[in-house]
Amino acid sequence: MFSSSPIIAGLDIGTSKICAVIGELTDQGGLNIIGLGQCRSRGVRKGEIVNPSAAAEDIRNAIVEAEQTADAEVRSVYLGVTGAHMRGFNNRGFHPVPSDDREITEEDVQDAIRNAKAINLSSENRVVHLIRQHFLIDGQEGISNPVGMFGARVEVDVHVVHGNFNRLQNSIRAVRGLQLDVEDIVFSGLASALALLTNQQKEMGSLVIDLGSGSTEYVVYADGIIKHTGVLAVGGDHVSNDLAYGLKIPLGRAEQVKIDHGSALCDESCQGQTLKLSNEFGVAEKTVNLEHLRRIMSLRLEEIFELIAQELDTAGMLTYLREGIFLCGGGARIPGIERLAAQVFGLPVAIGSATCVSGLKSALNQPEFATAIGLARYGSFQARKRHSEKNSIGTHFKKTLSQMFGR
Amino acid sequence: MNTSANPRLTVKLIGVGGAGGNIIQQLQATDLAALPSMIADTNPRALDQWTHPVKVLLGEGRTRGLGSGGDPELGRQAAEDACAAIAEFCKDADLIFVVTGLGGGTGCGAAPVIARIAREANCLALCLATLPFEFEGARRRDQARTGLRDLRLASDAVICLPNQRMTAIFDQNTPVVDAFKLANNLLAQGVRGIWQMLTRPGLVNVDFAYLYSVVRGKNAESAFASAEAFGELRARDVVEKLIGSPLLEEGQLLTQSTDLLVSLVGGADMTIADVNKVMEQLQRRAEHSNIIMGAAIDEAFEGRLCLTVIAARQVSEPAVGIPQPRGTRPATASKTDEFETNFFEAPAPTRGSSRYVAPAPETTPEAAADFLQRQSGRPRKAGAKPKQQTLNLEIVSKGRFEKSEPTIHRGEDLDVPTYVRRGVALN
Repeated sequence: MFSSSPIIAGLDIGTSKICAVIGELTDQGGLNIIGLGQCRSRGVRKGEIVNPSAAAEDIRNAIVEAEQTADAEVRSVYLGVTGAHMRGFNNRGFHPVPSDDREITEEDVQDAIRNAKAINLSSENRVVHLIRQHFLIDGQEGISNPVGMFGARVEVDVHVVHGNFNRLQNSIRAVRGLQLDVEDIVFSGLASALALLTNQQKEMGSLVIDLGSGSTEYVVYADGIIKHTGVLAVGGDHVSNDLAYGLKIPLGRAEQVKIDHGSALCDESCQGQTLKLSNEFGVAEKTVNLEHLRRIMSLRLEEIFELIAQELDTAGMLTYLREGIFLCGGGARIPGIERLAAQVFGLPVAIGSATCVSGLKSALNQPEFATAIGLARYGSFQARKRHSEKNSIGTHFKKTLSQMFGR
Repeated sequence: MNTSANPRLTVKLIGVGGAGGNIIQQLQATDLAALPSMIADTNPRALDQWTHPVKVLLGEGRTRGLGSGGDPELGRQAAEDACAAIAEFCKDADLIFVVTGLGGGTGCGAAPVIARIAREANCLALCLATLPFEFEGARRRDQARTGLRDLRLASDAVICLPNQRMTAIFDQNTPVVDAFKLANNLLAQGVRGIWQMLTRPGLVNVDFAYLYSVVRGKNAESAFASAEAFGELRARDVVEKLIGSPLLEEGQLLTQSTDLLVSLVGGADMTIADVNKVMEQLQRRAEHSNIIMGAAIDEAFEGRLCLTVIAARQVSEPAVGIPQPRGTRPATASKTDEFETNFFEAPAPTRGSSRYVAPAPETTPEAAADFLQRQSGRPRKAGAKPKQQTLNLEIVSKGRFEKSEPTIHRGEDLDVPTYVRRGVALN
């Protein structure tokens, strides 16, 4: 029956391409990727929709392709959102335990969380994620579940991701316009991290950098919880734009040159070399200096990493990253990008692959599908949560899940 | 320092309620201390904490030593009781600033009465009011709204500062005390700016009549901001700073304004090029508004440039009780399409020669005014769209990001290629 193996779709509306992933829940509770669709994106800039009609058409194409490969019909999607307007920060809520015996009950915990939710956001901003980190009882840190413990004061740390309501609505509207339901919106960086990181990596401390074409998202996991999230509205598009400006070639050509000859590092080997660019008829028309090309690219990419490193340094996050850095997104395909990141951060760097899900092998180890796969994975958590709620068994399981996401 | 460089103008300040008192107290530390000022509050304990010499306790018998308790009616009655003292203070003043924070009982209740008394004493009453933060709750917000309406009716002009707009300035960790202090500071700056504008001997004079014509009847949407800059490029920087101010919603209010009062104060070294540069930039931002400018010289401003702007936006509901005679805004009316204005202007005053007059007179005058406003609003909005950004001296095309929101990180525009910003030469 259709309902017995529900399908879960993740939709990532990216700046250069739109990617849809369809997964199904396995009996063991895992996720199996059965369908994949992608389409060139034309209506998106810096991660946000600027041309709704073009974006809607592209979304439809991506979904249709995914439906065909999966042989299933998508009714609702988990939608990835990003953009310069999104911010993450940590907040703390506390609650004094009123009962005489000072035993902490579920209600006390809920009250503490409610207090943590009372964030002074300006009216146009909405909370996208409120993720429980850990509890403190009378100042004692590192408690994961305080129910049943004793104390006078429960505090809870949460990580809040928020964004501009109207701008979030833009992408939701585009999807709803195609008669598709949006189950939930998920911050793209968070989705990528879910796809790439194993529990051990989350525990040890990892940084996931999603080098998209319109924006770069980064998420820090440590001790199994989300410590830090952020977006930088700079990405591969900027690299192409820099090349077009610096080498004085059209943007489309710059894009192609970046893919064919680009590198994140500018070493001696390219010194003095030139590239002959030919037009669509195969006639050579322009010569560009390979060294210039790589220098422009490497400066831009280095700057992206530096900005992230600065931000994480001020937040005191760099010491947590014992497992290292994982790159995904189209930018992870740039040759030498790991070495550049390793130079900037001084940490081990690897290209991430979706290890926690099974299914289409062609999709799983491609860094640019990480966000969409992560969205489906997020969906699978939600579906299982709902499932266990419906059967009213496994309340403990439910609790751990809701603890992970606090939603 | 000479309090009023313009000898014919006597300016006095009245702070009403807690916020008003705090602002007056803060002004004591500045050169405005020389202006005669007064604090009026219903709360005797609050009055005690201010060291200001002239204080009036409102409603002594009514409040039984307490404040107004957020009740505007009590605040109103209390102010009526103290009518004589206030009238005495207002005597032989030309311009009275009534400074208050709306939302509480004294601000909402007493301030309109005091403004009225000031007007009855033949002064011009100019009110500066803060509106409460959103977190102060719906009741205070509603009360503030009513208070603002009363204030508009009672005074000649109202300039208000919604505190909420300032949340953009604060970061997450701003203490509440600082938030209110900053709000008061801004209002104090506003008082200063306006006072300077009106009293400094100017190269180009602005008098109260101008101010009056700008803020009257459109007060709900009046906003002010001021900025100061030093150094070589001060003429450019000062406008940039002003436009960056959240009080103008990043310059949006400038674009939307219908009237703009600009005051520029500089040292003796202020050149005509400076004035020109500032005005040119402002005009570009606010190409659809009626700009009135003043420029003044003050020795203390040697090497500095201080710019104060009051922007008024036509609101959809015309202020109740203040008649809006035809032709109050000739500048904007003449800018609208010939046809549109004729449509409404023609029928009422002179029933022309034609028998086939458009059926406009059927609507009430208010509705017609409202409609006309909306009509004149539309082309302005459309015109405001292709807003020209400030041009850098070194023009770097941003390529495909030309039209998208710039990515600014610590003052750097990340859309500009990194190698250009870092000055790496490609040879």
